[in-house]
Amino acid sequence: MPAVAETLETVRDVTQGTYKWGFETEIEQEVIPKGLDEDVVRLISAKKQEPEWLLEWRLKAFRAWQSMTEPTWAAVKYPPIDYQDAHYYAAPKAKADGPKSLEEVDPELLRTYEKLGIPLKEQERLAGVAVDAVFDSVSVATTFKDKLAEVGVIFCSFSEAVREHPELVKRWLGTVVPYGDNFFAALNSAVFSDGSFVYIPKGVRCPMELSTYFRINAKNTGQFERTLIVAEEGSYVSYLEGCTAPMRDENQLHAAVVELIALDEATIKYSTVQNWYPGDAEGKGGIYNFVTKRGACRGRKSKISWTQVETGSAITWKYPSCILQGEGSVGEFYSVAITNNFQQADTGTKMIHLGPNTRSTIVSKGISAGHGQNTYRGLVRIMPRAKNARNFTQCDSLLIGDQCGAHTVPYIESRNPTAKVEHEATTSRIAEDQLFYCRSRGLTEEEAVGLIVNGFAREVLKELPMEFAVEAQKLLAISLEGSVG
Amino acid sequence: MLKIEGLRAAVEGKEVLKGIDLEVPAGEVHAIMGPNGSGKSTLGYVLSGREGYEVTDGTVTFRGEDLLAKEPEERAIAGLFLAFQYPVELPGVGNANFLRQALNSIRRARGESELDAMQFLKLVRGKVKALGMSDEMLKRYVNVGFSGGEKKRNEILQMAVLEPAFCILDETDSGLDIDALRIVADGVNALRSPERGMLVITHYQRLLEYIVPDRVHVLLDGRIVRSGGPDLALELEEKGYGELQAAA
Ligand SMILES: Nc1ncnc2c1ncn2[C@@H]1O[C@H](COP(=O)(O)OP(=O)(O)OP(=O)(O)O)[C@@H](O)[C@H]1O
Ligand SMILES: [Mg+2]
Repeated sequence: MPAVAETLETVRDVTQGTYKWGFETEIEQEVIPKGLDEDVVRLISAKKQEPEWLLEWRLKAFRAWQSMTEPTWAAVKYPPIDYQDAHYYAAPKAKADGPKSLEEVDPELLRTYEKLGIPLKEQERLAGVAVDAVFDSVSVATTFKDKLAEVGVIFCSFSEAVREHPELVKRWLGTVVPYGDNFFAALNSAVFSDGSFVYIPKGVRCPMELSTYFRINAKNTGQFERTLIVAEEGSYVSYLEGCTAPMRDENQLHAAVVELIALDEATIKYSTVQNWYPGDAEGKGGIYNFVTKRGACRGRKSKISWTQVETGSAITWKYPSCILQGEGSVGEFYSVAITNNFQQADTGTKMIHLGPNTRSTIVSKGISAGHGQNTYRGLVRIMPRAKNARNFTQCDSLLIGDQCGAHTVPYIESRNPTAKVEHEATTSRIAEDQLFYCRSRGLTEEEAVGLIVNGFAREVLKELPMEFAVEAQKLLAISLEGSVG
Repeated sequence: MLKIEGLRAAVEGKEVLKGIDLEVPAGEVHAIMGPNGSGKSTLGYVLSGREGYEVTDGTVTFRGEDLLAKEPEERAIAGLFLAFQYPVELPGVGNANFLRQALNSIRRARGESELDAMQFLKLVRGKVKALGMSDEMLKRYVNVGFSGGEKKRNEILQMAVLEPAFCILDETDSGLDIDALRIVADGVNALRSPERGMLVITHYQRLLEYIVPDRVHVLLDGRIVRSGGPDLALELEEKGYGELQAAA
């Protein structure tokens, strides 16, 4: 089919020119020497002036990590990572205790975020969206903090939370993803530098979208951020994270941990638009994205909903999961993952049904082009107490060209006979007649591919907060766009 | 306006169009009739540039330009429109959104201003109404779950919105009920103008009662074997293609 061959061509042609976020910010950095040992862990903790208990926690994590080996079960291939050959802390040079207000933030940083479409300055802020901007290892600014404080919502950098709300951090940190959970989570727990903290008090509906924008800038630096969101009884919050990185020939490691806790009748909606640098058309460079995300529906009728649009990274290893503990709690996972060129994604979710009448929905849309490899890996586990648990899983794969791959690996374990688990899977290709139909109406081939791919991902995209849905749609099209005009 | 000379084309290595000469001047409507498999749809696809339909000989000039050198989207921008015999489904793609993108990319290419969502809705609602369709069709995904007749009407809606200079209707009448046929024909007639040309492919004389053609051509085994006025359609309805086939 020549039309498809041509699409392939355009799609394969994605060059560095199309990754529009690949610039580097010239800024004075404070970087600690390469390598990782207990002293580095102590140094990071000291730099952040952390309390003793947190240092102890980091050290326990570090020791656990040392005794662990990298997981190999995912369907991804990469050369061995030399964990001693990276910097574990990098921060824009600033006054000892960080900028107090935006006026004190280096203008170069503000310009960086502006260029990324995330204006932080008062008059240009995104309406109705509070942003925490994390640059390499530290948070540089959080907007709308005061307005949120009026209703009792805490939204700040992780470091600030450790300083200002130690009791909350101590109470919840590691309660969903323990420090020794897995290799990458242990590494993160030992060396994490910053991230976001969100606390929604009882009965409060967070009045605006919260979002964190992660940016890796420094060379040879790993990024290890932690996000912790606690939603008290009857509260609601919608949170979005976005991420980009400069284009570099060497791979960079990103190992984040996200923990969510929803108490009785609380709802957390967590959306991700992941656009780390994916590497070039030959597969050189790009971010290794090894992320542990897990939410605990502790309370009855609580709900956690994950939505992710994964277009970036050389390798994505990520399984946002829900532990459905509270009676009648609900877990959702909506995912679009694109792999183009030599990108590899092994992503999916785990829905662990512990409580009775728990429900989960999984909708996964994988799009592969070029030599991209896309694996959905999902676990649905129904425990003996989970009477009448329900799961519905839908996994659709779309292939563009014949050099890419899509794989679906569902694990279903049911230990309660009253549970119902449904799984549907489809694999399709962009059809030549669809492309021709669009083109005969005046759309270019690229526009046609973008339209069809967005159509394929519609069910997931409609779950995104409105403010970001349009961005995500454009991103999907751009990820598959060629450099030809 | 459209001039086809000695056109030969092959699909999957098999010659389907075996030397076609046809000229449709601006302002005229020509009908093409012919038995199943004679190459009518192939002609439509070749004119709109579908890949896999390989032109082996001949030329096509459209508004003074070499049509065959253009990409499908460039032909659309130049003003050519094909109403598909089998409209294609686009799951997840909103009908209104699709139409707006199509209209705007054509307008952009012509150096006209793009329509925003409000302007577009205003425009399209009027057309939807004129075609006896419901607004609800705009919200649905392109052709997904549409009945046969709804798909055909949707093609005419696209045509009405894009206002192409030249329309090829490939069996748009097939699958329409009597009322729908009249509505669609009204839609087509509304577009008739001294600047616009049309090629109407059909099996039935009935459509040609509503859309009265200037010329009727009979396509048989990849060749136009007979041409005449509107009466030719009546004659074919009566006698079938047997005689022509025997002569060929
Ligand atoms: N993609 C294709 N692959 C193989 N053969 C094809 C293809 N497209 C058309 N053909 C063949 O070309 C010939 C003409 O087909 P075409 O669809 O143009 O006929 P038609 O006149 O439109 O018929 P109908 O009245 O049934 O719509 C047929 O023999 C058909 O089988
Ligand atoms: Mg046909």
